[in-house]
Amino acid sequence: MARMINLRIWRGDSTDGALQDVQVEANEGEVVLDVIHRVQATQIGDLAVRWNCKAGKCGSCSMEINGKPRLACMTQVAAYGAEETITVTPLRAFPVIKDLVTDVSFNYRKAMEIPAYAHPTDLAPGEARMEQIDVERSQEFRKCIECFLCQDTCHVIRDHEEKKKSFAGPRFFIRIAELDMHPLDTLRNRKKTAQEEHGLGMCNITKCCTEVCPEHIRITDNAIIPMKERVVDIKYDPVRWLGAKIRKREGIL
Amino acid sequence: MSELERHTYDVLVIGAGGAGLRAAVEAREAGLRVAIICKSLFGKAHTVMAEGGAAASMGNVNEKDNWMVHFRDTMRGGKFLNHYRMAELHAKEAPDRIWELEMWGALFDRTKEGKISQRNFGGHEYPRLAHVGDRTGLELIRTMQQKIVQLQQKDGAQYVSMESNIKVFAELTITDILKENGKISGAYGYWRETGAEVLFEAPTVIIATGGVGKTFKITSNSWEGTGDGHALALKAGANLVDMEFLQFHPTGMVWPPSVRGILVTESVRGEGGVLTNTLGERFMFKYIPDVFKNIYADNEAEADRWYVDQDNNRRPPELLPRDEVARAINSEVKAGRGSEHGGVFLDVSKRLSAEVIKKRLPSMWHQFYELAGVDITKEPMEVGPTCHYVMGGVEVDPDTAAAVGVPGLFAAGEVAGGMHGSNRLGGNSLTDLLVFGRRAGMGAAQYFKSNSKNPVSDVAIEKAREKIQAPFDRAGGENSYALHAELQEVTHNLVGIIRTKNEIEDAIVKIADIRKRSANVSVSGGRKFNPGFHLAFDLDNMLLVAESTAKSAVLREESRGGHTRDDFPGMNSMWRQINHISSFDGTEVSVREQALPVLPKELFDLFDVHELEKYMTPEEIVKGGTN
Repeated sequence: MARMINLRIWRGDSTDGALQDVQVEANEGEVVLDVIHRVQATQIGDLAVRWNCKAGKCGSCSMEINGKPRLACMTQVAAYGAEETITVTPLRAFPVIKDLVTDVSFNYRKAMEIPAYAHPTDLAPGEARMEQIDVERSQEFRKCIECFLCQDTCHVIRDHEEKKKSFAGPRFFIRIAELDMHPLDTLRNRKKTAQEEHGLGMCNITKCCTEVCPEHIRITDNAIIPMKERVVDIKYDPVRWLGAKIRKREGIL
Repeated sequence: MSELERHTYDVLVIGAGGAGLRAAVEAREAGLRVAIICKSLFGKAHTVMAEGGAAASMGNVNEKDNWMVHFRDTMRGGKFLNHYRMAELHAKEAPDRIWELEMWGALFDRTKEGKISQRNFGGHEYPRLAHVGDRTGLELIRTMQQKIVQLQQKDGAQYVSMESNIKVFAELTITDILKENGKISGAYGYWRETGAEVLFEAPTVIIATGGVGKTFKITSNSWEGTGDGHALALKAGANLVDMEFLQFHPTGMVWPPSVRGILVTESVRGEGGVLTNTLGERFMFKYIPDVFKNIYADNEAEADRWYVDQDNNRRPPELLPRDEVARAINSEVKAGRGSEHGGVFLDVSKRLSAEVIKKRLPSMWHQFYELAGVDITKEPMEVGPTCHYVMGGVEVDPDTAAAVGVPGLFAAGEVAGGMHGSNRLGGNSLTDLLVFGRRAGMGAAQYFKSNSKNPVSDVAIEKAREKIQAPFDRAGGENSYALHAELQEVTHNLVGIIRTKNEIEDAIVKIADIRKRSANVSVSGGRKFNPGFHLAFDLDNMLLVAESTAKSAVLREESRGGHTRDDFPGMNSMWRQINHISSFDGTEVSVREQALPVLPKELFDLFDVHELEKYMTPEEIVKGGTN
């Protein structure tokens, strides 16, 4: 059944903007992205919104819906009351480009700062052998669709512009954890650099990132906390500390 | 007007899906300076939607598998209209491309021995698809995205910046491929964010833009699948081959309307899902074509036994090639045995436990639960055909991926034609991207050695510039969204899954009319991130593609793979020897016949001659391939 709904859309750019109310038809089973598209096709031809797959697999249509970071393609219109106004605004942690589109280049810069996977030099193609149970730990993190909702909700990024330089954010903590737990990766010290170079210590595990993850990746429990625990173990274990000092071995972590 | 942004590169890769990224890696490793251009953000390409897996005869699950078996399956799937050399290269090189991804950090699911696990899929004789649950495409994209970062980090240690020699230009649309003196000189486009124009000077261009699904109303493709590369290549003087062949994936979602067309992976059937109609009948047994009768089970008991004993039983007919299954579903629905919303039922809940379903098909579970309110561990899914893939594409030299007729132009992945013949097997796309993406990178590097410079002229720039400005200078013209919707209706109704002469002719007239009106499209708003403006250019591409498809479809008077003619229901051996070549003269697309390259003797001999008799003319059989 088609019905009219109230949609309130933030419109503007980096200089100025405001919420604009529109009335738009919504059909049974439709998601918020559907009604945004209808507004675009029938009322506001130049309304800017990012999207690609419309099936929750690419992570493009990230925005804030009634203040919550969400994928517009996975948010049912029916989840809101018949009289309720649905308010859509751009991700707050990133600079607005236009309307619902933000500049997420911060994330791509951070991706370039994480040292890449390092394959064992003596392992020929096709020779790798790994247990399913061992690959599954990293596979959980490789489910990430890079929607950056975790980055958007993380208060270190959201509320502290000055920390963006030294803080990679939850998306990249799971990237580091994924490489750290990768059965074949040969680069050592990943946890240590997470702490020292990517700001792992600034996370105070409020789990906001886990809550908004559309892939239900347990970011805090399975990536951040285990890395923090190991960092602490190594830092404060006197025997290891001494061993590291004496042998000057970098690879102990 | 502000100064034009200019860049100079050795090679320009248009498209950042699997094929584009693989090509970029190869070209960079060969020492070239590479620009990668994508319409979306980096890592969002349609490749992420590939679910089932990547077909490669590694033989990890069944050691009887090898490239020859894979080659045979690919040719059968394509109804022998494939370019044999592409199918051969693909089958031979696919395992190396998968192992290579593993060396770049990909984590595929494993067998008990710790090797890369392989799953069953339609048309593949043995379990052959390397996979990661049902998100294999995401793994491919992410692995290559991270490989690019690795190359950038390597460059960063050596050169001025990490992006000195390989750079991603995200959210940029190319509107023209440029030529000087008959050879590629670069490309022209605009930043989607600002609308500002950009010139790339490069003597080699690799097109890896994917598919054309958005030409159709019901499709599994994202907004990006607008046939840009197909159209750019045509306009640059390249040919398209066999554009009548479109793959309608048998299982797209059908309800609710907003998700209509979204893909339901073939892995559901590979893992044991069965198709039934409203009578509860497992109808696929009725639709096994003669050419496949010896390898597909004709009764439920045998089909069910196959899941535990593949050596002594024939395969279930749910795993027939996609064209067969899509037509069968279409027939059931037409005969009134479809579901309330015009689909059929696909059920995996009776064969697998809830836990196994969630583990092997996690994103399917998620997709149905969140978007349709259906729990696939308990209930069947409602599914129907959706436009998924275009077999036709740029005519290329198989070994180098060089576009025929345009020096310096290369094409790989879905945008290239020939590899899949009239129908692609599931799982062959992901390895196609890798095999031919790499070959395109190599081809470009080789060409660059003797063609390192070909500057763009001011005349060419001026022409490209005018084209981008035009929609803003027109007022009161038609709305690009409305024209797009109209085109989708025409293709869906008149050149869709089942075609007839009159309807296709009608489509040709209507497409020409829309194209005429589209020349008059005007856009509202400014240049800054303006989707209406973006669509105006995408629409132009889709119209050329639709014209090429309709004009090829009306000529082919037979039914084969992804081209079904109601008025010519059978396959015809004479038509198997013919490719349709589309070209563009600046005004309209014309289509001519060209002889399909003949199987060489050593490949001919890989088949049982009685099987070939079903596809080939007696004269071809007597000849026994060329040599």
